[in-house]
Amino acid sequence: MAVVRWFKRHFVVIAGLLTLGYLLLPNVIVTVFSFNKPKGRFNYEWQKFSLDAWKQPCGVADMCGSLSISLQIAVWATIGATVLGTMIAFALVRYRFRARGAVNSLIFLPMAMPEVVMAASLLTLFLNMGAQLGFYTILIAHIMFCLSFVVTAVKARVMSMDPRLEEAARDLYAGPVQTFVRVTLPIAAPGIAAGALLSFALSFDDFIITNFNAGSTVTFPMFVWGSAQRGTPVQINVIGTAMFLVAVLLVLASMVITNRRNKVKA
Amino acid sequence: MAAVTEAPPLAPAPEKKPPRKRGRWTPYWLLLPGILWLIVFFALPMIYQGSTSIQTGSLEDGYKVTWHFSTYWDAVSEYWPQFVRSGLYAAAATILCLLLGYPLAYLIAFRAGRWRNLIMILVIAPFFTSFLIRTLAWKTILADSGPVVSALNTLHVLDVTNWLGWTSGDRVLATPLAVVCGLTYNFLPFMVLPLYTSLERIDGRLHEAAGDLYAKPFTTFRKVTFPLSMPGVVSGTLLTFIPAAGDYVNAELLGSTDTRMIGNVIQTQFLRILDYPTAAALSFVLMAAILAMVTIYIRKSGTEDLV
Repeated sequence: MAVVRWFKRHFVVIAGLLTLGYLLLPNVIVTVFSFNKPKGRFNYEWQKFSLDAWKQPCGVADMCGSLSISLQIAVWATIGATVLGTMIAFALVRYRFRARGAVNSLIFLPMAMPEVVMAASLLTLFLNMGAQLGFYTILIAHIMFCLSFVVTAVKARVMSMDPRLEEAARDLYAGPVQTFVRVTLPIAAPGIAAGALLSFALSFDDFIITNFNAGSTVTFPMFVWGSAQRGTPVQINVIGTAMFLVAVLLVLASMVITNRRNKVKA
Repeated sequence: MAAVTEAPPLAPAPEKKPPRKRGRWTPYWLLLPGILWLIVFFALPMIYQGSTSIQTGSLEDGYKVTWHFSTYWDAVSEYWPQFVRSGLYAAAATILCLLLGYPLAYLIAFRAGRWRNLIMILVIAPFFTSFLIRTLAWKTILADSGPVVSALNTLHVLDVTNWLGWTSGDRVLATPLAVVCGLTYNFLPFMVLPLYTSLERIDGRLHEAAGDLYAKPFTTFRKVTFPLSMPGVVSGTLLTFIPAAGDYVNAELLGSTDTRMIGNVIQTQFLRILDYPTAAALSFVLMAAILAMVTIYIRKSGTEDLV
């Protein structure tokens, strides 16, 4: 009976950890199979251990090129969406203006729309305009769908900001620009950073919208998609593993730094 | 993602504002570039798509608006199985996400202690490996000769799922089960994060109070915790259901021709068959269906301030 009682008490923990396992299992597989030496063109079955792919991460034709295109698009899309989104967020929180409801729905709708619908409709626009599909049409699309997420992230942060801090700055004879740069922006920074990070991740990993509007340009997700048909090189697992590790390390490092800073303050 | 679950009031309290006389036009300048971007590249395309769906013609001769509404009728009557399938798969994945995601969100919010941040990182970190690579990993996990399938076979689980029509033969890959499993996996974090945000806000003393009033743990959950987490449940289910219903990646990579979803049809019509009117009509119907469902769902669950 003790076992049953123990199980009852820890049911949530066990179930939660099982779900976490389900979430992480594919990453484990991706990592393990980055050390595989597959027999055929597809890297789905374990054959034997090898470091070949790690030694030559760019050993596959076109893969690193697509990676670089994806990174460039992600950087520009992040910059564009963060700037435009932050401006909208400030306008929404700080000012009264007409058509607020319409603006709010225009921001909410892209998040509530299946990607394939946005992808298809954007393609009809580009086809109608006779636009050349490629790098710039992808970038336009990415800024469009990242924008709403930046607005939501920044809005939440600016909303929780104490307006008296800015009044205090003005009382101390700071000009509007100075107040904004030295008070408002630093306080809003975590929200802006969260929005930017989210944009980068969304843009870098986007497949559905990109696939419709890319023309002959190949981003990294599109390369992976194509390789699922032609044969999956081990190198895509190397890239996947490396990105996972870099992300975890960056987050851990930032946590250690904030911890230290808090300790110094205390 | 977590920010989506915030339920901010739509308008800030006007009387607290410092008077701004010179800044009358400032909000419009701030809004202009971003809103213009959304109008031109989000709203306008929807209109173009609507107009494309009622055009007739061919690629060579060009298309003309002929108010040819029967495209809708033809498209829906030909592809309704894929519509129904998308709805069913997305609903199944959403329910599974809720069942799997709730314990994890609860664990992070109340039971993780000093492990909380680490578990949070582990939930978010997979995002940084391309989801296509991670979805392909399910091909390995669910491989015909793999340990998962042989275990399910030994336990006679596959007999049950075969009987239900979720799998066929001794395989999991290329069956509905594999597609739903992939959809659940891909959108699980979108369920966990909003759930966590709303659970984390619950005052721990409410649990103690429920306990003091002789509520059993399950009663506490049913009467206190779960109702208070409803905003998270609503936004989590929306964030899971909407992308899952339009997804074509899982159905393509893990499924077969019998598991094609509406996203696959739209993709093929647009990019391979180049039948733009049909594709636009299908996409329009999908959009209308999702918007209608979302509106009804938000109304019913009484969380209109979510938007």
